[in-house]
Amino acid sequence: MATLDLVIQEDVTATPVRSTRRLGRLFWAALGWVIFVFAAATLVDVLPLPSPTDMDMLERRAPVSALHWLGTDGFGRDELARLIHGARISLIVGLCAPIIGLTIGGALGMLAGYFRGRFESLVVGSMDVLLAFPPLILALAVTAYLGQSIPNLTFILGVLGIPAFMRVARAATLTLARREFVVAAQALGASHARILLRELLPNVMLPLLAFFLLGVAVTIVAEGALSFLGLGVPPPISSWGSMIGEGRESLDVAPQLAFIPAIAMFLTVLSFNLVGDSLRALTDPRQGAL
Amino acid sequence: MLGFVARRLLYLVPVLLAVSLLTFLIASLLPGDLAYVILGDQATPDKVAALRHDMGLDQPLLIRFLGWLGHILQGDFGRSFRTGQTVLRAVAERLPVSFELMIMAELTALLIGVPLAIICAARSGGAFDRFMTGSAFGMLSVPTFLSAILLIYLFAVELHWLPATGYIPFTEDPIGNLRFMVLPALTLALAEWPGIMRVLRSDMIATLQEDYIALAKAKGLTPRRILFVHALKPSSLTLVTITGINIGRLIGGALIVETIFALPGIGRLLIGAIYTRDLIILQGVVLLVASGFVIVNFIVDMLYAVLDPRIRHGHA
Repeated sequence: MATLDLVIQEDVTATPVRSTRRLGRLFWAALGWVIFVFAAATLVDVLPLPSPTDMDMLERRAPVSALHWLGTDGFGRDELARLIHGARISLIVGLCAPIIGLTIGGALGMLAGYFRGRFESLVVGSMDVLLAFPPLILALAVTAYLGQSIPNLTFILGVLGIPAFMRVARAATLTLARREFVVAAQALGASHARILLRELLPNVMLPLLAFFLLGVAVTIVAEGALSFLGLGVPPPISSWGSMIGEGRESLDVAPQLAFIPAIAMFLTVLSFNLVGDSLRALTDPRQGAL
Repeated sequence: MLGFVARRLLYLVPVLLAVSLLTFLIASLLPGDLAYVILGDQATPDKVAALRHDMGLDQPLLIRFLGWLGHILQGDFGRSFRTGQTVLRAVAERLPVSFELMIMAELTALLIGVPLAIICAARSGGAFDRFMTGSAFGMLSVPTFLSAILLIYLFAVELHWLPATGYIPFTEDPIGNLRFMVLPALTLALAEWPGIMRVLRSDMIATLQEDYIALAKAKGLTPRRILFVHALKPSSLTLVTITGINIGRLIGGALIVETIFALPGIGRLLIGAIYTRDLIILQGVVLLVASGFVIVNFIVDMLYAVLDPRIRHGHA
């Protein structure tokens, strides 16, 4: 799904014990892949890779060779180098944008869930307005006019994530604010700021962080979709989305040009989803609120 | 019930107003003056100033917004300065394409998702259930543009069964129209069925533990009847919600699929407006799509209240 809405999955697992254990192995595999992509993206400048933007018109769509480990694309650029540089874009946008959503949405959600009343109605109402817009169209319109750049892309994708984070934070705060330790803190005369920061925040942070990882997956997909349409990262910078978009032109002669970045993107998104979902299951307030 | 409808309708007014304000702000505050866009880079400052005055662009933002809103309330969404076509006409021309795609996609997704959910719920924890739950989770990680490319590669490039891109109106050639629509609809359905299956499955697992299911079993009803009639009915509520949310999302979310398969729908209209900087079309269509989404949500809420009396009495 290439839309930006983050859905809180509610799953009843019939056999909880077995499935947590089964998720365990998958969880570590997913975490391993995330770390691997991370390492590759961080070390890209140190790795002995050819330039991702140097064209070689004699070596167009070359097969796998010692020089080009994954072959070359339609302009004779090294596919592996472009793939790893693309990973960097995906991770930068994918991690930074949800941080915007996490901070603003998390703060709004906690305040709304703690103070309730008019403020809550206002926050929930304005989020409803934001949610009414087809997210991709909003992102497209804004990047088209602000200009295609990585900061602009990150900003708009981050803003679009605010409602989802707001909902998670508000839901968690609503249940927590009625718990004994909060009532006790209020009885002791703690200020609102102290209760919000010292009592509620550490508890709300866990579900928010789990949700953050799911947000990373959604953002990587959204960035990919925008770049795929040619409205994301400006060329010649490579991004997985733009690589898939370029590979689509030569599906009949060189399908691997579309499928290699596609597989990389699928594995990364799946890994973030798996890790996020496992953590979410661990921090689910419905299980802890006994 | 009437009071409930009235309350929700009252809530709709400020939301729609805020939606139109936001649409207007986005379209007007973004760099790229409409007068420059129309006249091109070579325009002299005098000409631009004159055109700005003619179009009312030199007026304060609030006045312009109220003027725009006034026209819209009279059913005038403006017209494209490029093609001269009115927004409403452009939308009316493209709506059938998007609508057909939406219906086909949602029906296919339900056809895949609902039976799978029922089978999984009937033997929850079994091998098939675990396999399908895993596959659904995996499918949620496949962006639509990936499945679109995969389907094109498989059915158009390799097998030559279906055309990769293009469109023929249904009235001209029904079979040809369907051939063009199969792959796009399937692409969207592939993204939608996991959500349907997951929610319906967990819903039904909970239902199957209710006492009245035990009674139905004790009465000797066939498992098929219990599953499809007794257990599925309470989940209709959930199905209505998911379908509503999906349809709302597909109103504008079919953008990528329409672009990839070159279908002349609402999504393509928007992308075109963005590429050509056709601000009037852009703000008109975005407003229509967003309002459509708000109204679909409203209808879903109403259906919900009809199906579950607790909600309209505020006990839920």
